[in-house]
Amino acid sequence: MSVLTDRINEIIKPENLVYAKSPLLNDDLMHYCPGCSHGVVHRLIAEVIEEMGIQEQTIGVSPVGCAVFAYNYIDIDWQEAAHGRAPAVATGIKRVMPEKYVFSYQGDGDLAAIGTAETFHAVNRGENIVMIFINNAIYGMTGGQMAPTTLVGQITSTTPHGRDVDLNGYPLRITELLAQLPGAAYVTRQSVQTPGAVRKTKKAIRKAFEIQAKKIGTAFVEVVSTCSSGWKLSPVDSNKWMEENMFPQYPLGDLKDTGRADAELYRIKAK
Amino acid sequence: MGELRLMKGNEVIAEAAIRCGCDGYFGYPITPQSEVMETLMTLRPWESTGMVVLQAESEIASIHMVYGAAGAGKRVMTSSSSPGISLMAEGISYIAGAELPCVIVNVQRGGPGLGTIQPSQADYNQATKGGGHGDYSLLVLAPASVQEMHDFVILGFELAFKFRNPVMILADGVIGQLMEKVELIDQRPRWTNEQILEISGEWATLGKPSGRKKNIITSLELDSYMMEKNNLRLQSKYSQMKAEEVRYEAIACEDADYILVAFGSAARICQKTVQIARKKGVKVGLIRPITLFPFPEKIIAEYATKVKGFLSVEFNAGQMVNDIRLAVNGKTRVEYFGRMGGIVPTPDEVETALEQRF
Repeated sequence: MSVLTDRINEIIKPENLVYAKSPLLNDDLMHYCPGCSHGVVHRLIAEVIEEMGIQEQTIGVSPVGCAVFAYNYIDIDWQEAAHGRAPAVATGIKRVMPEKYVFSYQGDGDLAAIGTAETFHAVNRGENIVMIFINNAIYGMTGGQMAPTTLVGQITSTTPHGRDVDLNGYPLRITELLAQLPGAAYVTRQSVQTPGAVRKTKKAIRKAFEIQAKKIGTAFVEVVSTCSSGWKLSPVDSNKWMEENMFPQYPLGDLKDTGRADAELYRIKAK
Repeated sequence: MGELRLMKGNEVIAEAAIRCGCDGYFGYPITPQSEVMETLMTLRPWESTGMVVLQAESEIASIHMVYGAAGAGKRVMTSSSSPGISLMAEGISYIAGAELPCVIVNVQRGGPGLGTIQPSQADYNQATKGGGHGDYSLLVLAPASVQEMHDFVILGFELAFKFRNPVMILADGVIGQLMEKVELIDQRPRWTNEQILEISGEWATLGKPSGRKKNIITSLELDSYMMEKNNLRLQSKYSQMKAEEVRYEAIACEDADYILVAFGSAARICQKTVQIARKKGVKVGLIRPITLFPFPEKIIAEYATKVKGFLSVEFNAGQMVNDIRLAVNGKTRVEYFGRMGGIVPTPDEVETALEQRF
């Protein structure tokens, strides 16, 4: 036993350290289910804020949904928004404190159903904020109901026979729509199911925060995510289901990376 | 003596906001109060005081922008009219629940539904009983002149920060559109970051320096015992408002046999009614509640043992009359007279109603 302890202690040395949890992420047990993507995305946000050294300048806006308690985990100032209103709340904070970094964090029901108007108009105004969008095609917190991004045929508690377009319409690719808006500076869709994907998402989040500093429009990062509890699949099967079903409908990659549009393109000719 | 000007009630809201050092206005156009934002956009305070003005995509977005900016410890406000205030109910409830200060102006029009753009006082119950979900109260100020539109913006911010509670200025289309002489305060500076840190640093989202706990603005509490504690704290705040902030005006009440109770522009009309009735030899007085919440129940209760009756005069179907009846508690007669749908009664109509009812 002591031999083993000695060998372990020999390994636990600063020079052997390959990863350390960001000090911005506290030790509270997360309320998220096993296999949920929220925890990973929280970690990436904490790491980006830490690495950029902007903890004292960053304010997060949490949504209504599973991530309502995001404020419990990342050690920055937070404001909790009403369902769908996070982009308006973030706008209010950013407009009166333009020198701060402000980001909203929302799920698909919050951002793409009840908060569609707030989402569109914040991006269309080119608010200098970061918007993080977790798309897992289901309402997690309320118990697995249909989301605007639920796929056709997908079973949820309010589409027990699968989403039917005659009844429920189509999955909403809101990110593609937002990328059309002149106020959007950077719009990307990522995922976090593999180490490689996690690294790409972290890069995208970092870039989004750097764009905010440049004040060139809204930076929008969608993360196609899993909801093992809602999908009623194991974490491993959830990743597989996401790759097979979500990725064809929600293809990964950058949708826009140009900064907001030149106002002259939209200006009237004469008064 | 401050600068004197002839101004519209709605314009003066904008002017007072800039001059008292307001940090931000978020709003959405609606008749009869659109001049508030139009005046702000014309004056461009972002170039002078640094005040932010933003036209939002809806009243819902406006009030949540106010919620966000208020969370940052700033002095922020919005204005709207009845249907717009209904849309804001969600956000107002969140602001009250999270205990944030802000000023909300309601220049009332007739309802229900889309109703009419003419003046009304039909949002009395909505304003004084909360208006959104949950057990909360707004501090409600009822201006009866353009001067009070000005004064209550300044007072509104003071009270909002004293109680960390939303304050509503409950005006109506008459006061919003009326032009009167007004004395403006001299320009005051906006609070500096250092002042905001001192005043609101304990709770505002100013960015978390190392060494202090993170500030979280939320109305959420899933522990039911903690939630009840939060509600009790809110209720004790409302009790404190009742103890410290009741405001009213009593005109010719000392020898009165009958007392009219009216707020806002209805009180202006009733002032004339008092004169008409007294000329006829009827001793009539007027109590004008200035704060609708907290309601001036003590003064009404005091007069309840002295007068033959109260007449509540309102531009609605009889809302404040219930609060008068609670204060009077059966000790004398309480009657109601009012007009609805945007009709403003004349002083003579009120006098006739008084004669008919008593």
